[in-house]
Amino acid sequence: MDTIAKAHGEDQHDHPHGWRRYLYSTNHKDIGTMYLAFALLGGLVGGVLSIGMRLELMHPGLQFFHDSHMFNVFTTAHGLIMIFFMVMPAMIGGFGNWMVPLMIGAPDMAFPRMNNISFWLLPASFTLLIISLFVEGEPGAPGVAAGWTIYAPLSTTGHPGPAVDFAILSLHLAGASSILGAINFITTIFNMRAPGMTMHKMPLFVWSQLVTVFLILLAMPVLAGAITMLLTDRNFGTTFFTPSGGGDPLLFQHLFWFFGHPEVYILIVPGFGMVSQIVATFARKPVFGYLGMAYAMVAIGGIGFVVWAHHMYTVGMSTAVQAYFVVATMVIAVPTGVKIFSWVATMWGGSLEFKTPMLWAIGFIFLFTVGGVTGVVLANAGVDRSLQDTYYVVAHFHYVLSLGAVFTIFAGWYYWFPKMSGYMYSEPIGKLHFWLTFIGVNIVFFPQHFLGLSGMPRRIADYPDAFAGWNLVSSIGSYISGVGALVFFFGVAHAFMRKQRAGDNPWGAGATTLEWTLPSPPPFHQYNELPLIK
Amino acid sequence: MSLLNRMTLLAMMIIAMLGAGEPALAGLGQPSPWQLGLQESASPVMTDIIWFHDFLLYIITAIAGFVLALLIVVMVRFNARANPIPWRTTHNTLIEIAWTIIPIMILMFIAVPSFKLLFLQLNVPAADLTVKATGKQWYWSYSYPDNGEFEFDSLMLKDGERKEGQPRLLAVDNEMVVPVNKIVHVITTGSDVIHSFAVPSFGIKIDAVPGRINETWFTATKEGIYYGQCSELCGKDHAFMPIAVRVVSEQAFSAWIEDAKKKYARNEGLPSTAVASAQRLPQ
Repeated sequence: MDTIAKAHGEDQHDHPHGWRRYLYSTNHKDIGTMYLAFALLGGLVGGVLSIGMRLELMHPGLQFFHDSHMFNVFTTAHGLIMIFFMVMPAMIGGFGNWMVPLMIGAPDMAFPRMNNISFWLLPASFTLLIISLFVEGEPGAPGVAAGWTIYAPLSTTGHPGPAVDFAILSLHLAGASSILGAINFITTIFNMRAPGMTMHKMPLFVWSQLVTVFLILLAMPVLAGAITMLLTDRNFGTTFFTPSGGGDPLLFQHLFWFFGHPEVYILIVPGFGMVSQIVATFARKPVFGYLGMAYAMVAIGGIGFVVWAHHMYTVGMSTAVQAYFVVATMVIAVPTGVKIFSWVATMWGGSLEFKTPMLWAIGFIFLFTVGGVTGVVLANAGVDRSLQDTYYVVAHFHYVLSLGAVFTIFAGWYYWFPKMSGYMYSEPIGKLHFWLTFIGVNIVFFPQHFLGLSGMPRRIADYPDAFAGWNLVSSIGSYISGVGALVFFFGVAHAFMRKQRAGDNPWGAGATTLEWTLPSPPPFHQYNELPLIK
Repeated sequence: MSLLNRMTLLAMMIIAMLGAGEPALAGLGQPSPWQLGLQESASPVMTDIIWFHDFLLYIITAIAGFVLALLIVVMVRFNARANPIPWRTTHNTLIEIAWTIIPIMILMFIAVPSFKLLFLQLNVPAADLTVKATGKQWYWSYSYPDNGEFEFDSLMLKDGERKEGQPRLLAVDNEMVVPVNKIVHVITTGSDVIHSFAVPSFGIKIDAVPGRINETWFTATKEGIYYGQCSELCGKDHAFMPIAVRVVSEQAFSAWIEDAKKKYARNEGLPSTAVASAQRLPQ
């Protein structure tokens, strides 16, 4: 580690400048930055949509939407945007691109030009999704209102207009982008580790990316197949999902969730890796049970492929099938528990510093536990009968994703912001952002458990009056988190204006991974001489 | 100590809210304002679901509380001021085995009642009568195959159509009617897109899928009206196709059947299924 060549900018001139630097970029750091900027934009759009929904749901009756079609368009777009254009670009495209080569001691990704096309497919994909909002979906109304799950036949005969076609093509591009990225990461991680960095010495963030990209590689083609069949059912007279032609709507659900369940791990596993790095850094103590942590992620990824039909307990599956999916799903709690307890054990005996990234990481550990245990409830088909398609499910998956995945994204943002930009963010602003978000999102989502238990269905723009109380509370929470998001953007602008230099390693002795040995920001090309790992 | 106090306070608040919230407008068969838990049971299956959910709630609260307690201990005992020199421990085989084995044991403990409940729900007993519920955009049609050749539509009552006391978005014009304490076999299908037939108080939810017949069952133990809502996104008016089940005495049910046979008879103009498909055609 001590033989790292510091590139002193002698090569800073031999790359394009201005807009060409980004449009033509083959540099993993520039591409990572573009992914992060794109994710900020996606998060902004998705967040505005969610506040729109909470405004509507604040009181019973229809206030802002003149019919519930438009509300369903909002839920659909919110889901798709947050998944494909916020969390995935931030975690894999953004932090993955930036940090994987730095952490394994590689000069760049294995396929720099493919990295470029991976990114530039996303704006095209996003554009198609935006177009879908303005063309006919349901008869006489614009936009896809079939939910992010786009179940047939609502997405076929239920949406005769071309909006669903645009959404399908958008998902195809996003999927192609992810698959190309996955190939790139797998090749990079397998072949470009610095001398001496064996698989079992890789930082856990790199492990988490490796698991994630394998999930992408295996799951995305299934989505592509399913939505292609949807496309041909819609346009070319095939009947894969149409009973009158011998097809079955449930086939789509099986294909969709075979992709969809691994997808939720795609969204959270990189966060596991980030939290491991951050907890170890701010506890000034190596990760507890490193191998257990790495293989717990592998196990979660593997089991994640055989639990899909727990999203489908009410579709009419046989007793034996439901019983199998109950057991398989509950098994996932075991490696997840290993991770939670290992994070606690990493902190146990540590010397904890509560910098902003650490606050997000600790917040994540607790809130992810809450979302995890409600997942155990939902895993049981018997009780899921009452909770399927209610707000309990909405609360559950927002605890693991909105409070889980998004908390890790912010943790990673504050952790690596000094490295990526070279500037230190303001601790008070970061902490204010954390507390506003922490309080806000809990007020949004905790009461949704009560709504779900008492029977409020998901995806409805208006609800029976008895649900008014907790919906009001939930909406107020979303405004608080909205203020938190404004504080975040202010904090970013503030850090860039204040220009306080961060130095190579602002976190001290706990930050032991290779990226902290480089200057902040790292030179355009790093590791002109490969680091040697002892 | 302060943690204990805070947790006691929280528990008291929750108990107070439960006490204050539940009886207010305590509608059997529908949600109440500020309700925290599952709807009151009106069938043996729902009674078991409530028991099992409460059982799980104790376990998951204990787990989440345990993790929270660990985090608080860690933050208090091992912050930089309290513990300036970090330990170097990175392994402890015993504890790693423990936190793998103990969760497995907890899950097995959960699985036993879980399977019992699952088998109770899915093994449909010999039924006293069958009701077929067909989900349509955006209303339900009911027929009683054991009781004659009739089918009727059940549409949500709009503002101005409701009588005093009928809940908004839940009340319908023609309820599904069943006798009390009888095993009712429900079969569902969808005529256009997927819908889902759900009545929370009975603990049932079963998708109505085009091209498929699904089944479930319930025994309503108390007379009254029980409400549910379509529980699978089915398009524009998904929020406005409620399910209302009126549970009546056996005599009242027989009388209703006789009445319904006349009222909804198929020879009265077009059969209602044909009406329904005629309504769909222009799309």
